[in-house]
Amino acid sequence: MTILTPPAAVEPTAGRTAGKDRTRRHRPSSRRRSTPLTIAMLAALAYFLLPLFWLLIASTKSTQDLFNSFGLWFSHAPQLLTNVKETFTQDDGVFLRWLLNTVMYAGVSAVGAALLAAAGGYGFAKFRFRGNRAAFNLVLGAVMVPTTALAIPTYLLFAKAGLVNTPWAIILPSLVNPFGLYLMRVYAEDAVPDSILEAARIDGAREARIFFRIVLRLLGPGLVTVLLFTLVATWNNYFLPLIMLNDPDLYPITVGLSSWAAQAQNGGAGASSDMLALVVTGSLISILPLVVAFLMLQRYWQSGLASGGVKQ
Amino acid sequence: MTATAAASAKGRRRDGPTSPRRGGKSRRISAGPLFVAPFMVLFLLLFLAPLGYAAYLSLFQERLIGGTVFVGLDNYAQALGDSQFLHGVGRVALFFLIQVPVMLLLALLFALALDSGLLRLARVIRLGIFVPYAVPSVVATLMWGYLYGPDFGPFAQLSRDLDLPVPDFLSEGWMLGSLANIVTWEFVGYNMIILYAALRTVPTELYEAAAVDGAGAWRIAWSIKLPALRPALLLTLLFSVIGSFQLFNEPKLLMNVAPDVISSSYTANLYAYSLSFTGQQVNYAATVSFLLGLVIVIASYGVLLTANRRSTS
Repeated sequence: MTILTPPAAVEPTAGRTAGKDRTRRHRPSSRRRSTPLTIAMLAALAYFLLPLFWLLIASTKSTQDLFNSFGLWFSHAPQLLTNVKETFTQDDGVFLRWLLNTVMYAGVSAVGAALLAAAGGYGFAKFRFRGNRAAFNLVLGAVMVPTTALAIPTYLLFAKAGLVNTPWAIILPSLVNPFGLYLMRVYAEDAVPDSILEAARIDGAREARIFFRIVLRLLGPGLVTVLLFTLVATWNNYFLPLIMLNDPDLYPITVGLSSWAAQAQNGGAGASSDMLALVVTGSLISILPLVVAFLMLQRYWQSGLASGGVKQ
Repeated sequence: MTATAAASAKGRRRDGPTSPRRGGKSRRISAGPLFVAPFMVLFLLLFLAPLGYAAYLSLFQERLIGGTVFVGLDNYAQALGDSQFLHGVGRVALFFLIQVPVMLLLALLFALALDSGLLRLARVIRLGIFVPYAVPSVVATLMWGYLYGPDFGPFAQLSRDLDLPVPDFLSEGWMLGSLANIVTWEFVGYNMIILYAALRTVPTELYEAAAVDGAGAWRIAWSIKLPALRPALLLTLLFSVIGSFQLFNEPKLLMNVAPDVISSSYTANLYAYSLSFTGQQVNYAATVSFLLGLVIVIASYGVLLTANRRSTS
């Protein structure tokens, strides 16, 4: 399990990559492993895991212990559960509210964006119609437009439409993912064989039924890729909710945590000194769901990315 | 690679729709726009409309006397002579020139190492390096901010224990480097995965043929793997241009810890934010956003053109 994963296990369902990769199963297994290279890569790994290790240790400490004990090891009185409890009860349990808001914003955006991109990508890849190419190129050009250049004008437009300070202000802009559409089009071209579509049509299936029953299943790995990456983008989004929301009850976890961090900073070591432990513990709690999601769904997003990265 | 893929796709689409019976063809033609429509409608409303609105706003000014006045390109003239805006753009350009090559080089080396088949624990290493991508940039910046800090950051603690001078990662001289470290930490794994995924699709026959011809591991990496990675590298480079020029989250959050070092115009994006939300200069903020977007599009096309010219020569 710990040695190099055979490609068959990494990409079992990818239509295109699995086919292409079949040759790679014959990777010479007699090749020797290199210990110096492994050690160098483990050193690199240590750098990437160091802050997370620190976070794990720090979330077991009281604010006093954060200052008084060495950062990379436990203090004499670990109190992870106390910290977790205090994180969830601070300000009438607002942290749980932020967590649920984040799950809702990210979940709705990810499912919506993935479905929109899948339908659009399939439409562009498998149908010929007037303006197909022009419309697709327009979207492709938009991949380069920075989202934050759009954020302020979007805020001003939403303010006129009365959408500011509502969940829609976060969800609507996250639904449009130009790169997701591009990825799905590339993916649909190869993963959806024309012969299956023709067979379904001859059987008299309606286009919508073909899409939901057959095409979506064929697009599986690509769909999960767009879903996961939109999920991450929305979960991690800070700029958009920062400008769109001013009601703390609507905050996602990122804006909530940063407001706590500012409180802890401004409070100094005095009145709100125990805020610091809450910021640290809250940070740890907020990253767990995504890390787990990525580890569990890795076979899907890795094969989905393969098709997007190869065909530029 | 790109050309053949595009050609085969085009060929398939050409004979695909024309071959079935006439009824099937007309239904296909009518269904296509319906699949595309939901995305395109939202795209128009949430992408093109704000862009157009920003362009429109940037042509006006709010004045004490006379209200909102059409001023043509005055705002642009002002921005191009605004040292705060120019410094912000200059700073992110410098950030891009230093941070992106380091990040992509690391991602490339890691991807090649993972693909070489020489590693033990390859799976653990691959996922471990990728994990920071799943950490929100807010949390990443808070963590690194505390790690950098002079009070309870482990680096400061170690230096004090060893009687060494405490490094001030949050000082003016270190700040851009400290920011670059955070962004590198966040995105090396993501780029590595894209490159690694692209490497996995190179057929092994090529390596075997090269090995028969006497090519070593380095030679194979240089002559076969790197050219095969070109499209994926270009993709990561483009994303990096877009990401680094709109740098916002990390400096905004480190502002709490180091208010004297990070001003409200430290990056161009931070400047646009401050203009519209603390300065209430909506029209000028729209101008700055729009110009920043323009800078990014130009930089992206520059990258594309350079890459294409190199490939044809």
